[in-house]
Amino acid sequence: MGGRALFGPLALTIPAGEWTCLLGPSGVGKSTILRLIAGLEIGGVFDGDITFADAPASPAPVAYMAQSDLLFPWLDVTGNVTIGARLRGETPDHARAARLIDQVGLTLQAAQKPATLSGGQRQRAALARTLMEDRPVILLDEPFSALDARTRAEMQALAARLLTGRTVLLVTHDPAEAARLARTIYILDERGLHTSLPPMSPPIRAVDAPETLECQARLFRTLSEPA
Amino acid sequence: MKRWTGPIAATVVALALWQGIVWIADTPHFILPGPFRVAQALVREAALIGENTLVTLVEILLGLVLGAGLGVATAIHLSLSPTARTFILPVLVFSQAIPVFALAPVLTLWFGYGLAPKIVMAVLIVYFPVASAFYDGLSGTPRGLIDLARVMGASRGRIMTRVQIPAALPSLATGLRLAAVYAPIGAVIGEWVGASKGLGYLMLYANGRSKIDLMFAALFVLAIMTVLLRATIDLVCTKLLSRWTGETGRPNGF
Repeated sequence: MGGRALFGPLALTIPAGEWTCLLGPSGVGKSTILRLIAGLEIGGVFDGDITFADAPASPAPVAYMAQSDLLFPWLDVTGNVTIGARLRGETPDHARAARLIDQVGLTLQAAQKPATLSGGQRQRAALARTLMEDRPVILLDEPFSALDARTRAEMQALAARLLTGRTVLLVTHDPAEAARLARTIYILDERGLHTSLPPMSPPIRAVDAPETLECQARLFRTLSEPA
Repeated sequence: MKRWTGPIAATVVALALWQGIVWIADTPHFILPGPFRVAQALVREAALIGENTLVTLVEILLGLVLGAGLGVATAIHLSLSPTARTFILPVLVFSQAIPVFALAPVLTLWFGYGLAPKIVMAVLIVYFPVASAFYDGLSGTPRGLIDLARVMGASRGRIMTRVQIPAALPSLATGLRLAAVYAPIGAVIGEWVGASKGLGYLMLYANGRSKIDLMFAALFVLAIMTVLLRATIDLVCTKLLSRWTGETGRPNGF
């Protein structure tokens, strides 16, 4: 980017059917990796390969959820959840949309526009839309980082439950989030990409479990080491 | 109707001031007639004024529809095509350096004395604010929404129709509100340069015959027409936008 390498050679393997966290400070290119996997422009040249074990790479078999909810302000919750189908020129499955809206607890708000929802409700709607896409690979770009602590913990639990069985890549700068949700942890910093061990127990783990806290502390120490 | 009290009070005060100046300065009626005289002229010449108003109204509406249509089409084309951005955008910006009024005689030369040059004039004057406001809106669509649509597998065309155009509608409304005020200017300028019908023509005609009360009456009708046009477009835009986003799309002030 601008004639400068954003990151050196790196190889990232994401195991299917479970949560992988890509942890690192802001500005090291975490989101760029995610954009590459999603097949989006990165404002630079990418030399390498992205392959999916069971699917062709184009169109990328992914659904994408970002830090800002990216809801369409002129559509109500149902309209937003079903937007994917309409963008592809297909007929949306309204029964399935209603079921997913129910699963994220927004049935009462289904006909409301995003402007009338709280931050947590908006991210729930975005989660329902991500599920509606029904893709094997889910890319999450810090989707919980703008929420308050309690709402964030609730959203993490909800997402972990509803995304069970899918391949999830969660980009985050929060060691606590990685310690709670990850089956595999990658750390990306100025030195490059390396792995770190998650707690032994399966996700999702209690926020205050000793092993979660221990892992969080270890991840924090790794991130704090001078480059 | 509380929101009407302000404008009505302001109108009454303005009329009183006007009449006051006429009384105090004792202006001859062929320089500045009082509001009462103008009202009399309005009633006396109602048929003549009505006939010419209709002509100007047709010019304005056609100019507005065609100009806004062309503006919208240009904005979409610019947004879709990098080539158009490279070649058309600079020309468009440069074209704004030419005062549209200066073109009026040329338009009359090319299109004659009928409706055509007035409509072209209104189209020219309406086109740019609509095109530039809508293009700004289309380019200002949040990046994230477009990325999301792309990941969902949307084609370029559907990103335009389902994401960018809806996102740009508030900007289009801003452009249309401006256009509603500009279109009458275009039509009247066109009439001044050469016409045998219309309010602009009537004003020149009345001026030439020292019927200043008639000139003011025509001016008054023109102003009322512009205000009504602006209010109608404002109302329609606000209604549509509020249904669109669930909030009011009305910008503050003018």
